[in-house]
Amino acid sequence: MRENPATMTSPKLCVVDYGMGNVASVVNAFEFLGVEAEVTSSPAALERADAIILPGVGAFGEAMENLHARDLVDALDTAVRGPARKPFLGICLGMQLVAAESSELGQTRGLGWIEGKVRALPADETHVSPHVGWLDIEFNDADPLFARIPQDGCFYFDHSYYLEVAGYTSGVARYGQPFTAVLRADNIFGTQFHPEKSQRNGLKLLRNFVNYCLARRNAEAA
Amino acid sequence: MTKRRIIGTLILRDGIVVQSIGFERYLPVGRPEIAARFLDTWGIDEIVLLDITARREGRTIDPETVSRVARAIHSPLTIGGGLSTLDDVHDVMRAGADKIAVNGLLLEKPDMLTTIAHRFGVQCIVASIDVLRTDDGLHVAADGARQILDDDPVTLARRAAEAGAGEILLNAVHRDGMRTGYDLELVDMVAGAVHVPVIALGGAGHPDHIREVLADTGAAAAAAGNFLHYTEHSVAAIKTQLVRHGLDVRLDAEADYGALQFDDGRVSRRDERALLDEIFEIIPREVI
Repeated sequence: MRENPATMTSPKLCVVDYGMGNVASVVNAFEFLGVEAEVTSSPAALERADAIILPGVGAFGEAMENLHARDLVDALDTAVRGPARKPFLGICLGMQLVAAESSELGQTRGLGWIEGKVRALPADETHVSPHVGWLDIEFNDADPLFARIPQDGCFYFDHSYYLEVAGYTSGVARYGQPFTAVLRADNIFGTQFHPEKSQRNGLKLLRNFVNYCLARRNAEAA
Repeated sequence: MTKRRIIGTLILRDGIVVQSIGFERYLPVGRPEIAARFLDTWGIDEIVLLDITARREGRTIDPETVSRVARAIHSPLTIGGGLSTLDDVHDVMRAGADKIAVNGLLLEKPDMLTTIAHRFGVQCIVASIDVLRTDDGLHVAADGARQILDDDPVTLARRAAEAGAGEILLNAVHRDGMRTGYDLELVDMVAGAVHVPVIALGGAGHPDHIREVLADTGAAAAAAGNFLHYTEHSVAAIKTQLVRHGLDVRLDAEADYGALQFDDGRVSRRDERALLDEIFEIIPREVI
């Protein structure tokens, strides 16, 4: 029996809906790429998925509360850090949640998958907060997310908090000071910017993530 | 450094995008999702879609329209039009908006702005302020410039930022559709008074106007409506002129728009021989 070509070329993506995200925009971008993305808030769906996308707009504390309220914290942990090591992409707040803790509106513990801390962007005369707009980033060419993206490529940012730069940082942006624009820790990826809102470069990055998921799946099948 | 932004403003009236002149006369442009898609493919940095009759008619912008526009583009989308409650905001965010613009709400119920900011974050809220310059100075205008208030724009902008607005969209009513340039004094005054990004709107009719407002005032972004319609690839052509003058804007175009010149707000007609002389280079289409 031949396998359905669509399922061969398309990983099963799960976009986590926990009441904090521009879920529609993320799904829309994957739709443009011809990749179906299931919107879900059910822990069981994460078990079935090949890869997980955690979008997010809003406050850190409320986001963690919402994840807990939907029993998603353990499910995410099992899917991403368990034996399946499913590819994970956190976007904006979704990336920050991966960190150990955030100082947004009091100290809040995050998912704690990396040691980093999330802090407020300091505002001054030339660097107003929130930081809104397009910014070029410097990135690690070896990271599969950046295939076919030029080094001075711009992405769209909209945030008031940032993840400090550390070993997991694979793309750096500067707004007054350097901050993590892209994080990579094995199967865990995150972008502080919004690839779904970054026109061509953003769509390329999402395509690269899909390609990474496929490569992983093929490697496991072989 | 963060690039200076060029923002496309789409004015929605009775469901279609219009060009607005002095908040009084309107010329039809077309369906919002098509106008938005053009701006997106021409390299706009953001799109603001404002339903200017929603509040007066006691309704909100149609979430279905928002959804159609959001699906047509891959750039940030700000939505305004009669949004008054958390549910209203939730509905348009759900439909694909990234930010919301509030105008009447800021004047009538600033507390609600704070409530929205707590729920959705300050980065999600754009305070849209209409300003009219009269013989006795600058005044805030309300209800589509049908009312002139005593408030001065600087005070209102500060109040908006304190209430939880992450950006200020500053619209000079007296320059709306005039194509004579931005009100630089107004923009600089407000941008100097608040610590949130200020977006200048009203008056763009030439790339030089955008250059002026970005180079000579503290504006983080220049918005334009009418000027971007009816010129193919207007955004890329304008940005090419800005880059030529040393402005740090995002120009992500594979074609070279350097030969397009503007006079009087329109791309100049070119001699046919110049077109014949142009050597075309075939760039293979990249499939994303």
